[in-house]
Amino acid sequence: MELFVTTLTIFVLAIFVGFEVITKVPPSLHTPLMSGSNAISGITLVGAVLSAGAQHTALTTALGFFAVVFATINVVGGFLVTHRMLEMFKRK
Amino acid sequence: MPSAVINFAYLLASVLFIFALKGMSHPRTAVRANLVGALGMFIAVLVTVLDRRIVSYEIILAGLIAGSGIGAVLALKIRMTAMPQMVALLNGFGGAASALVAGAALGETIHAGGAFDLQFTIATALSGLIGGVTFLGSLVAFAKLQELIGGAAVVFPGRHAVNVICLLLNISLCVLVVVQPEQLLWYWLLLGASCVLGVLATIGIGGADMPVVISLLNSYSGLAACATGFVLQNNMLIIAGSLVGASGIILTEIMCRAMNRSLANVLFGGFGAQAAAKGEDVYKGKVKAASSEEIAMLLEDAQRVAFVPGYGMAVSQAQHAVRTLAGLLEERGTEVFFAIHPVAGRMPGHMNVLLAEADVPYEALKEMEQANPLFPQTDVSIVIGANDVVNPLARTDPKSPIAGMPILDVDKSRTVVVIKRSLSPGFAGIPNPLFAADNTLMFFSDGQKAVNDIIAALREG
Repeated sequence: MELFVTTLTIFVLAIFVGFEVITKVPPSLHTPLMSGSNAISGITLVGAVLSAGAQHTALTTALGFFAVVFATINVVGGFLVTHRMLEMFKRK
Repeated sequence: MPSAVINFAYLLASVLFIFALKGMSHPRTAVRANLVGALGMFIAVLVTVLDRRIVSYEIILAGLIAGSGIGAVLALKIRMTAMPQMVALLNGFGGAASALVAGAALGETIHAGGAFDLQFTIATALSGLIGGVTFLGSLVAFAKLQELIGGAAVVFPGRHAVNVICLLLNISLCVLVVVQPEQLLWYWLLLGASCVLGVLATIGIGGADMPVVISLLNSYSGLAACATGFVLQNNMLIIAGSLVGASGIILTEIMCRAMNRSLANVLFGGFGAQAAAKGEDVYKGKVKAASSEEIAMLLEDAQRVAFVPGYGMAVSQAQHAVRTLAGLLEERGTEVFFAIHPVAGRMPGHMNVLLAEADVPYEALKEMEQANPLFPQTDVSIVIGANDVVNPLARTDPKSPIAGMPILDVDKSRTVVVIKRSLSPGFAGIPNPLFAADNTLMFFSDGQKAVNDIIAALREG
């Protein structure tokens, strides 16, 4: 329970930080914000790597593998496409 | 590597993610901000790979290579007009990954014969639920945007009852996962049921409401990662996930406000499914069509010209032609600005990306609040592919489905040129009196062709 409260504290504070930071983003950058934040949500890749690498059972390894693939698409695709868009906003 | 070092690295990555989002507040800092985010991700993955629980690297490497390849091809090949589909797809993959990781964690704990605590089981159930909804919901959104299936809202009799039953089924399965976590079957059933819920939740939402759906799915993909963070007891996942969750919620809120509708109305209203109203009495005998030559003559004398783009500009890929026309006018000393409605297009900021692609300067893009005071002093407003967001009924008719929606006041400019294929209604399914207004000229044509014709006429004249 003690541990849960600590974790919950981090969760609630992070939500507040998110609200503070995101409200300052202008509407013109909302699409890159979305694809960029989307890439960050691919952080679940960390969990996927652990499951794929720890190899407890064939099932968890397979799940880990597919999770790594999906999360990596999310991360690599997200950051790259955001970069492509932002370069267009910058070049003037 | 000692776990303290790993956790320090995770803390560093979390801080970098916050800086990445903070830097998105201006185009000057945004490119670097995105790279900072990518660096955070790189650090996080690197220290994880060095974790001593990992016994083999082949599978990880195979997954990373396959995912990077697919992701890179998608990111580099996608056209800017198709960005909403791309983001929808990425949201879906993120949600799926989170659900799979939670499933794997559950399987590992069962295999190890370990004890389940309540936080673990509840978070696992939530991960599966949110992840499944995000995955299939995003795929439906993708299919609609890519026009693999019809874009309109699909409504069927008794759909609310079906939705409620599906929701109750999902909740029951969540409870079963929590009560009997050692039965992996419950988790799989939950995953299946949540996917069905994802389909039901998005299938009833039509084209122009897509900005809300994509924002919401964006938020879900973050919350799914967050729930997985609770499963794995990993603070970095929780922080990164809640940042994204908050971001999606804010965007959802902004989109709903820009349509003056509640989230519940967007999600369950079946908006855009009703048959379009006949506009004959509104338009009869009042609509004036113009040729490219007449419009070019108008533009020659104009001091200030506004462009008002909508989804139609994206469909006809007209952004480059629009940019050329704007440049031509500026060379003649005409002041040009672009007025962007928050829900123009199919995702937040969609029009801005297209215009940035066409090299329109950032300063020329005006938000609704900045643009509206300028219209009364604007000689010509060119509406290209927008409809409901310039419909004056929103201001005048309290019974209209778009009543109270903030609109761009183009009707207050001296002359309005509407480039449109026909008089067909927009997504809201209502006629637009703007087309029949005294100061409006209709140019019936495909967007890109129309703008190119005007450019040619202007160059000749």
